[in-house]
Amino acid sequence: MEGLIHQIISGIATGGIYASVSLALVMIYQATHHINFAQGEMATFSTYITLTFINMGMPYWAAFFLGVAVSFGIGVAIERILIRPMGNAPILSAVGVFVGLLLVINSLSGWFFDYTIKQFPSPFPDQALLGGYISGHQLGSTGVTLGVLVAVYLFFRHTSLGLAMRAAALNPVSARLVGVRVGWMLALGWGLAAAIGSVAGCMVAPVVFLDPNMMAGILLYAFAGALLGGIDSPLGAVLGGFAVGVIENLGGAYLVGTELKLTMALVIIVSVLTVRPSGLLGRTVQSRV
Amino acid sequence: MPALLEAKGLHAAYGETKVLHGIDFSVEEGGVTALLGANGAGKTTTLRAICGMVRTQGELILGGESISGMATEDVVRRGVAHVPDGRGTFMELTVEENMRLGAYIRRDRGAVDKDFDWLFGYFPRLKERFRQQAGTLSGGEQQMLAITRALLLRPRLLLLDEPSFGLAPLIVKEIFNILRRIRDEEKVSMLLVEQNASLALAFAEDAYLLETGRIVVSGKAADIGKDESIRRSYLGY
Repeated sequence: MEGLIHQIISGIATGGIYASVSLALVMIYQATHHINFAQGEMATFSTYITLTFINMGMPYWAAFFLGVAVSFGIGVAIERILIRPMGNAPILSAVGVFVGLLLVINSLSGWFFDYTIKQFPSPFPDQALLGGYISGHQLGSTGVTLGVLVAVYLFFRHTSLGLAMRAAALNPVSARLVGVRVGWMLALGWGLAAAIGSVAGCMVAPVVFLDPNMMAGILLYAFAGALLGGIDSPLGAVLGGFAVGVIENLGGAYLVGTELKLTMALVIIVSVLTVRPSGLLGRTVQSRV
Repeated sequence: MPALLEAKGLHAAYGETKVLHGIDFSVEEGGVTALLGANGAGKTTTLRAICGMVRTQGELILGGESISGMATEDVVRRGVAHVPDGRGTFMELTVEENMRLGAYIRRDRGAVDKDFDWLFGYFPRLKERFRQQAGTLSGGEQQMLAITRALLLRPRLLLLDEPSFGLAPLIVKEIFNILRRIRDEEKVSMLLVEQNASLALAFAEDAYLLETGRIVVSGKAADIGKDESIRRSYLGY
């Protein structure tokens, strides 16, 4: 029983990481109807940037927030320079660009920061808490993730800019007619997604160590989470991310063993797509032909 | 007094397809101008041209300033509000959020809240539905919401694209009564596109008649309404 509780709690902790990457995926999907395959590599790159700041002697949280800000800028720049010119390009071109972006950023990570596995510091105390069920880092990173999710929710629900971003994604024509600069809202969405990725990267790196392929597996889990919750539902993505974290951990511990954990993500993806493609909270889109 | 909006030799095209072939018209300050014509005459395109939603050539002057080729977002910032065809409702958002978006470019938050109450005076039903998802509104209510959203910009010029479209006669009457009150009480200038010619001519002071992208008749709405030959050949009633 104790083992089970332990697995569930650490599942929630990793689920938080998946939830934030899922949320980043959904944010870009809502605005552009594309899955950003490079989301994970962008987060890895951001984590390297933060590590560079830390190695320069900055205090952890200063480096963390500076890394988030720089990632935001990189996200905006990617949208402006690479994504925007694609405008109405067919879906395959978009997929091609995203895959290309994945490879380019992955190689840049290796080129700038080399391929050796690096340690990444955790800002949280290294001790077991709550009667040994959870480590300081797990508790801290879950707190940070929840903080990000709440902040994102409040931003979209209660600020004029957040409302404008939703409007731009839902109905770009009408949004322009009330004066929303739709192009910039998309860029802002990319910036936010990159910033969230940066947080996720910094929270997961102390656990899995930092190398250019760090996020590859995580992106897969996050994608499973986004699909499970419904690819067009931010709340669904978050819940899905947490659920996948718990499922993955329990499956790894009692069902398939840690070696085959990643297949759990694929099983979830395939099951959702066959049984309920709209996900748990997603809307079924009907289009007239 | 110079006109609020003046178009000279306005052309517009969707890709290769030309829709407007050099039209001239103007909208007087504080007045209502109607744009009439059959399906495909270019009425909606004219409104889109003013808002920079289609590629145009020719001159568009708003209050002395050229707005030709300007991006939609910037035309809106100069006080042009558009009630688009299809009403442009943000279906997934609430009525309140739709209204907040109407005032998106305004920074005077307190005045916007007062304007909510001002507009509830005209459209009490929106107040009842304030927290409801806009997609659940009836067609007439969505039209009222579209007009409200446009007025929340505090526009100098209100573009109305077929506010009667797809609505029951009683609702149409109600909406036009409110538009009349808004014109008289708030002195908002309007450019009205309508297929329902008798309705539009009774409401407007000036009118233009479009046929396949050209203006064929222009003048005082009352005169056009009385002219039997125009009525028979173009307006069909």
